[in-house]
Amino acid sequence: MKANSPSVALFIPCYVDQFYPQVGIATLELLEKLGCQVTYPSGQTCCGQPLANAGYARETVGTARHFIETFSEYDYVVCPSGSCTLHVKEHFPAIAGLEKEQEALEHKIYELIEFITDVLKIEKLEGKFPHRVGFHSSCHGQRGLHLSSGSELNQPPFNKARKLLENLDGLDWVELGRTDECCGFGGTFAVTEEALSIQMGKDRLADHLEHKTEILTGGDMSCIMHLQGIASRSKQELKFLHLAEILNQALS
Amino acid sequence: MTHPENAAEFLKDSQKAKWHDETLWFVRDKRDKVSKGIPEWEQLRELASGIKDNVLANLAGYLEEFERNAKKNGIIVHWAADSEEHNRLVLEILQQQNCTSVVTRKSILTEECHLNPYLEKHGVEVVDTDLGERIVQFLNQPPSHIVLPAIHLKKGEISELFHEKLHTEKGNEDPAYLTQAARVHLREKFFAAKVAITGVNFGIAETGEFVVCTNEGNADMGVHLADVHIACMGIEKILPRRKDLGVFLRLLARSATGQPITNYNSHFRSPSPGKEIHIILVDNGRTAQLAREKFRNSLKCIRCGACMNTCPIYRRSGGFSYNSTVPGPIGSILSPGLDLKKHSSLPFASTLCGSCTDVCPVKINIHEQLYEWRQEVTKTKGEFAKGLSMKLANGIFKSPLAYKISGSVMRNALKSLPNSLIYHPLNSWGKNRNLPDPPKESFQQWYRKNRS
Repeated sequence: MKANSPSVALFIPCYVDQFYPQVGIATLELLEKLGCQVTYPSGQTCCGQPLANAGYARETVGTARHFIETFSEYDYVVCPSGSCTLHVKEHFPAIAGLEKEQEALEHKIYELIEFITDVLKIEKLEGKFPHRVGFHSSCHGQRGLHLSSGSELNQPPFNKARKLLENLDGLDWVELGRTDECCGFGGTFAVTEEALSIQMGKDRLADHLEHKTEILTGGDMSCIMHLQGIASRSKQELKFLHLAEILNQALS
Repeated sequence: MTHPENAAEFLKDSQKAKWHDETLWFVRDKRDKVSKGIPEWEQLRELASGIKDNVLANLAGYLEEFERNAKKNGIIVHWAADSEEHNRLVLEILQQQNCTSVVTRKSILTEECHLNPYLEKHGVEVVDTDLGERIVQFLNQPPSHIVLPAIHLKKGEISELFHEKLHTEKGNEDPAYLTQAARVHLREKFFAAKVAITGVNFGIAETGEFVVCTNEGNADMGVHLADVHIACMGIEKILPRRKDLGVFLRLLARSATGQPITNYNSHFRSPSPGKEIHIILVDNGRTAQLAREKFRNSLKCIRCGACMNTCPIYRRSGGFSYNSTVPGPIGSILSPGLDLKKHSSLPFASTLCGSCTDVCPVKINIHEQLYEWRQEVTKTKGEFAKGLSMKLANGIFKSPLAYKISGSVMRNALKSLPNSLIYHPLNSWGKNRNLPDPPKESFQQWYRKNRS
């Protein structure tokens, strides 16, 4: 984008802000390398998804109002998480008095990868990343935002992240046994259904290990936090990076 | 027991749990492949969904049309408001016939009404004739899956069971041998029964006929040998026209097991001379569900079980973990409507991954309804502590300052607290997972330092 390009506001999910600042930094740097004018509106907090998914959507009115107000003045809001983006688009409670701003927000908020492919219209990125990369498809990104085709649907196969990654020099894409099975994070599910959550995570990791993944990546750090947590507890030799980190490194 | 407790129990036998997951994944994979062989698959789903929406929007009219036409065909039509009335009606028909032994074909509705124990209590022998159903009946278990009732059992277990019940050779696990033994056993029962009970897959308003789909032909065998056929049908099973079947029969078996079609799709329209057909139209909570706008379209379900086969939770926790007649994702949105308190953990037995919604042949938005049921559960359950922490979280998230403070407290606590405290057994995040290493600063702090 050029000097008169639209303004892009960065929305960094709360757990990324607190635990994975490097993902926020990579997202910011990547967007800047792609020519965007990026601002990080101060005062942003959380989208409220953890509360809503636990059954307390009615307690998220204050959170949602604050979110809409924080981001209303920008042309685009870009977020390195499919899950949080989907929540803002589909699960915000209706905020009285901010109807117009809320509707506008639903149409101007994008997950990072879809912003690159659909708004910036970038077909391929020139860069180098000589590693064997396994992609974890987050459910909300895939089935919610349609960032890739689902194995359940009869539709032409596509994957927006794969398209960007596969063009990088040296990147070796891992074909998995189950391409889009859930990792078992699921927000509060991770603690309320602990046994299942762990088993699902272990099964995803086994698929990656069996197919010789060197770096496991994805568009949602929440899934990766869960998978990494299990892998590091069982001392597995996998590395974990957010898509933004890979693309940002590859472009430097 | 709640779903998490049951699931943890199921996962203790890790080898069997893995086998269960892989077996059902195999079925789901077959479904994926066969559905991709139909270029218009997604259109078919759309069409089926639209037909069912229309049925639900005009249910009363279609039911009356069905009743009129069925009566014209000589079928005796009964209405049951709930399971008690349904069971009583069945018993009355049996008593009129002096019948003390019936054969039944797998019906989720009769399971839902607990018909078998009711009839047995009144001195009627009930023989389920679907092979899987007969197996779980021998074990006094409910089905663990609506299409594959004995999917939780391995062939070794069935061999042992048949050795005990049907005196097959000990240790002979050959499926053909075991099936043959069941066939011989069931044949006797078929010949002896004067009354046969079936469920209904589709009732056609336009013609007053109904269709029963099986793979084993057991419904037909039972019905044709008996003098009286009792068909139990949920009121949502109506289709307007016979030609609508073309859409649903193409979807049903492909979604259920990955077969192109069920082996037997039998149309029943009028009784043979000297015989009787009764149909019992059952509400049992369906009109209440119809009145719940957000949950209404759960009644579109055609009971294919695809959502169970695809569900990563179901595959790893088994049908019994749900403690509800219909398990899995669809059960988790139907059952809370019947008893919210009993089934309050079911809407949470999901990561909201959405796979169920995408395999559903009638496009029920299952995962969205799971989300909506969560909102209902927390309203009525009065979980004070959780509610309070959520209010607190909302307080933190709507205030940037409170968020900043609580965030840095959290990160610093992680840095300074001993592992024994962080990974306390009561902290279920840390039981089998490490937490990320806390960074020295948050993104916000980095940004302020470097960019503003």
